[in-house]
Amino acid sequence: MNSIVSQIRPAVISLLLLSLLTGGLYPLVVTGIAQVAFPFQANGSLIVHDNQIRGSVLIGQDFSDPGYFWSRPSATGQHPYNAFHAASQTGSAGSNLGPLNPVLYTTIQVRIDALRVADPQATPPYPADLVTTSASGLDPHISPAAAAYQIRRVAQNRGLSEEQVQQLVLQYTEGRDFNLLGEPRVNVVRLNLALDSIE
Amino acid sequence: MNTQGWLQVSLYLGVLLVLAKPLGWYMARVYAGESVGLNTLLAPVERSCYRLLGIDEQTEQSWKEYALGLVLFNTVGMLMVYGLQRLQSSLPLNPDRLAAPLPDLSFNTAASFISNTNWQSYGGEVTMSYLTQMLGLNVQNFLSAATGMAVLIALIRGLRARSSATIGIFWVDLIRSILYILLPLALILACLLVSQGVVQSFSPSIEVVLLQNTIDTDGHLVSTQNLPLGPAASQIAIKQLGTNGGGFFNVNSAHPFENPTPLSNMLEMLAILLIPVALCFTFGIMVNDPRQGQALLTVMMVIFIPLLLFGVIQEQAGTPQLAALGIDLGASDMQAGGNMEGKETRFGVVNSALWAAATTAASNGSVNSMHDSYTPLGGLVPLFLIQLGEIIFGGVGSGLYGMLIFALITVFIAGLMVGRTPEYLGKKIEAFEIKMAALVLLIPCIVVLCFTALAVTTPWGKGALYATNIEYTSIANPGPHGFSEVLYAYSSMGNNNGSAFAGLGANNPFYNTTGGLAMLIARFWIIVPVLAIAGSLAAKKTVPSGPGTLPTHTPLFMTMLVGVVIIVGVLTFIPALALGPIIEHLMMLGI
Repeated sequence: MNSIVSQIRPAVISLLLLSLLTGGLYPLVVTGIAQVAFPFQANGSLIVHDNQIRGSVLIGQDFSDPGYFWSRPSATGQHPYNAFHAASQTGSAGSNLGPLNPVLYTTIQVRIDALRVADPQATPPYPADLVTTSASGLDPHISPAAAAYQIRRVAQNRGLSEEQVQQLVLQYTEGRDFNLLGEPRVNVVRLNLALDSIE
Repeated sequence: MNTQGWLQVSLYLGVLLVLAKPLGWYMARVYAGESVGLNTLLAPVERSCYRLLGIDEQTEQSWKEYALGLVLFNTVGMLMVYGLQRLQSSLPLNPDRLAAPLPDLSFNTAASFISNTNWQSYGGEVTMSYLTQMLGLNVQNFLSAATGMAVLIALIRGLRARSSATIGIFWVDLIRSILYILLPLALILACLLVSQGVVQSFSPSIEVVLLQNTIDTDGHLVSTQNLPLGPAASQIAIKQLGTNGGGFFNVNSAHPFENPTPLSNMLEMLAILLIPVALCFTFGIMVNDPRQGQALLTVMMVIFIPLLLFGVIQEQAGTPQLAALGIDLGASDMQAGGNMEGKETRFGVVNSALWAAATTAASNGSVNSMHDSYTPLGGLVPLFLIQLGEIIFGGVGSGLYGMLIFALITVFIAGLMVGRTPEYLGKKIEAFEIKMAALVLLIPCIVVLCFTALAVTTPWGKGALYATNIEYTSIANPGPHGFSEVLYAYSSMGNNNGSAFAGLGANNPFYNTTGGLAMLIARFWIIVPVLAIAGSLAAKKTVPSGPGTLPTHTPLFMTMLVGVVIIVGVLTFIPALALGPIIEHLMMLGI
């Protein structure tokens, strides 16, 4: 009993001290450094266009107009690419559909049908990432294959030549980091914003 | 797997070992109380901490006092996390005015974060206020990690001591772990992560105007998107380093604000295994025989690498069902291919499956892809790595003390074969140690299998299989996959991992309560027997090794240890796995 009492003081005081240090001081110091050294990144890597915040370099948006490049399907609640909605407590989410869930394959078929309605000449094989949901529901990228697959449709709907659109896609294609890490990818929001700027 | 895949996996393992060795040396000096360069800055802080705590740095504790201090400290910590959640709506730093979580969720979350599990029944950005995240969850990310490290160091002291009644001082080990190891590493990593785009701000969410309007589930036009912010980088750095894994956002490290680039992904993956690997080197140095640490590290690698490669290959292959729809599954410079459901484009298949193996080998549990949507055998890899008891690297401290317990079991079995009293590092392993080691081995298995059985045979547990998931309406993953989800949930909580097959609607009183209990049992009912072993070993004399001693750094011993780990894991869990992922794989092939 004695030993319990004698250890209550260090238990309580160390919790308070370490909470101040790791829960107060540490995040404040990191915030200070971040806001001074990397203000753009620390505040969400925002895309400002014509004095209006149009999105984030890192967060995707939903596109269904055939004149835009389409993002990956999104499984977020309320609406696709819902990054945060406090009232309904919804935000980033994956589909969590199991590999044999029939719903997975019927929804993929619906997405394939949509691709073919928008562009009757669209034929298999379909790029894997273009018809499957991302982990976050907010994936800002599609693969270069998924972009190439949509060039003809976007060009036709915008009255541009395929070469023009292809040039733009190349401009917004990012390679692997250091030619080694991760996968090559195309930023959909930035690409579509650039498309809008042509006209 | 293509060349790029092989290169990335090799680079990861290579850089990991290169970083871990000096860190292991550094940590050995920290725990020995030797100068490490940061002393001029931190030693005065450390000394004033001890003064405020009212403890004497020289008076060591018996194992019982050590365990008591640890349990008291964690109890107070749990109360604080619980209180912060229940009161968050009336506390400051809640700019988006989030309501207080319900009692069962608050209990589950408190148990989860003090036990270093970081199972998340809640969605981060939509449930917890900035204050709860910082002062509750983030603090426990440090404290639970430091608790695990302290227990490991106490066990090593027990192995090293000669006829000693004490095993060190909990408060000193705790504070040194945080001041000299976790805080400096977290500070560096947090800044690197911000440079890549991880957010770190106290502003409320930002509204942006969409390029193209979209339509919500009620048919209303949506023209804006809210981007959540928060002090994320500081929390993510420690959640990876401390093998905690609890995400700032709902989808954890798949969220672009938590893990924006392939480089941030590599840094976070390195952070997941860095301290657990480095502690193997620390162990070798502390027992004056680096070969002992290297032997245990080799055993971990021998089990880890084949499982990791197997997982990557499964995910890259995808499923015949995807191929039948006309989807291109081949990997190239144009696309990652494979099973991309629940994976991010920037990570592709290789970095997702590599992460899945690392995060479940370590008891980290953060995810950068959705394990629930993995192919059956691709999903079996993380599940089985958890079920091995979180000893393949495992949690910081807890992984290596778990592996040391397996080493004791192995010398015991070897001793039985030749009829001699087993020894480990010169300490005779006798009935008391083996009884305690058996507890350590059996408790997580019992917790996992019993709770899984309870959940799948009662209406309370089964309800969740068909419940509406708040993130995505009306999902039921039918068939064996539903069973896998429950098995994964209790394996994860019963081994303090924290990752999930997240389709399971686990945020309800049944799963929150049983899961919370599973996490507490798996953490503290293991720590106490481990400290008992430490105390018992410390009291023994060290016997010189003789011709009958089994050396514990040789390939022979390593092979036996691999065998024991695998056999215990396989014998315990193969029947359950057969009902889940294995049968699902056969169904996938149409057999």
